Amino acid sequence: MEKWSRFNVASVVLGFGFLYLPIVLLVIFSFNESKLVTVWAGFSTKWYSQLWHNQGLLDAAWVTIRVGLLSATCATVLGTLAAVALVRYSRFRGRVLFSGMVYAPLVMPEVITGLSLLLLFVAIGLDRGFWTITLAHITFTMCFVAVVVQSRLLSFDQSIEEAALDLGATPVRTFFAITLPVIAPAVFSGWVLAFTLSLDDLVISSFTTGPGATTLPMKIYSQVRLGVTPEINAICTILIGIVALGVVVASIVTKRREVHRERDERAAIAAIG
Amino acid sequence: MAKLASALVSRLVIIVPYAWLLFFFLIPFFIVFRISLSQTAVAMPPYTPVFDLAGGLAGILEKAREFSVDNYVWLTDDALYFNAYVSSLVIAAISTLLTLLIGFPIAYGMAKAPRSIRPTLLMLVILPFWTSFLIRVYAWIAILKPEGLLNQFLTTIGIIDQPLIILNTNSAIYIGIVYSYLPFMVLPIYSALEKMDNSLIEAAQDLGCTPTSAFWRVTFPLSLPGVVAGCLLVFIPAVGEFVIPDLLGGSETLMIGKTLWSEFNANRDWPVSSAVAIILLMILVIPIVYFQNVQAKADSEGK
Repeated sequence: MEKWSRFNVASVVLGFGFLYLPIVLLVIFSFNESKLVTVWAGFSTKWYSQLWHNQGLLDAAWVTIRVGLLSATCATVLGTLAAVALVRYSRFRGRVLFSGMVYAPLVMPEVITGLSLLLLFVAIGLDRGFWTITLAHITFTMCFVAVVVQSRLLSFDQSIEEAALDLGATPVRTFFAITLPVIAPAVFSGWVLAFTLSLDDLVISSFTTGPGATTLPMKIYSQVRLGVTPEINAICTILIGIVALGVVVASIVTKRREVHRERDERAAIAAIG
Repeated sequence: MAKLASALVSRLVIIVPYAWLLFFFLIPFFIVFRISLSQTAVAMPPYTPVFDLAGGLAGILEKAREFSVDNYVWLTDDALYFNAYVSSLVIAAISTLLTLLIGFPIAYGMAKAPRSIRPTLLMLVILPFWTSFLIRVYAWIAILKPEGLLNQFLTTIGIIDQPLIILNTNSAIYIGIVYSYLPFMVLPIYSALEKMDNSLIEAAQDLGCTPTSAFWRVTFPLSLPGVVAGCLLVFIPAVGEFVIPDLLGGSETLMIGKTLWSEFNANRDWPVSSAVAIILLMILVIPIVYFQNVQAKADSEGK
């Protein structure tokens, strides 16, 4: 075992400090009494209570949550299918194009995706608003789900599936009885990832929205352009809190499943022995 | 019957996501291309249609004669756009290099950490990625402002007596990109380094390598796939970045994502913004295809 040298410790600590310090400062100043976000003037939660009276903000939050829930769910179904197609069917017509279309959105600049989806919606004459944002979010988040689920499928022992098929289960039954329970944690984290990406998106939403559908990031963005205020810090802190909670819950679920699986595996080995 | 059903199911598994991506990802690019060839018009939508399927084949051929490359000519004539493309590429390249210089030691330190704390460290790197991009960029405004936290801190400890002007300069954009994209650099490098067999280093040292030369001859070459993936994950989106230059950059900062945005939203010139997007896509197509190959190779190795 090589020891963890002082240089390595320092780079990790400094790196994590760099990653977390801005977020910590933002959270701290959301509790600032003063309207200035750079001068501390005492503890206060007044910016949070003000949020509850900002109807425009609450409406935007509600739109964002509905878009997020709907698009994450659809994206999880589509992304999981795409992952299964990529991993289980190594040869089909147009596979190169398909895998290209799954990976390209991961790095595609958002302005291009946003513009191209908007022009599609205009070309097919769809009224822009809630539904167009949702369709756009499904499209770019499903690729992230596909990558997450794909990596789990790759490390999955296919012989269990083959055994089920040999024993006469249909492929659909095999998928729901064997494959899905095993990849469920990955599917779940794919859903959480899709939801947070949707919650977070500014550029694609701005391009594909129409009158009446303003999402929270669009609202935050228009306020940020006017300057930094503790009220925005308060919204951001709430969002960070929700995401942190989601990640913690997701990791507990995954951990618990792993413990279960290990226990089952040990029991199986014991039964054989 | 069951066989037929299963064949149908396996078809559907492929067809449904395939059709979705074709319709919502690939076809839109052709529409963007088509509109980039049309004329700006004061109407809604603000462009003259290039195709009119109602006119049949003759109608399409008729329209095809009206194709115009005016928007492209205009883009090449106007130095603004050329400069915006060049400065986007330069800013993205510098930021990618900085992200690599900062990200590599972090990934290296993580890979060398005791095995028991590695999952926690990994989680801590991923966590900021889950928090809003916009929020993370916004957090830097309060830090970098002339009267912001960084200047207060530096003045208090007596390093400077004049506030540093960082916000609304290119330095702020570099900080913003490095900060936002750091996890994308750290993760692939970490996974490459973590897989590495430590006995290789020991062997190199037994054969007389100094730790430094063992690093450059063994560790670094083995981490290259991670380095390449990380650099692509940072560089490609950074070229088209909009939020960071808009919030942290100054008015004189030219980046093509911002230009496209304002061309579209402020000038409402859809054909020109389409042409801007098509050229950006052509610039990025080589790194994107390269990224796909790296990704596909990593997947087949995972099998």
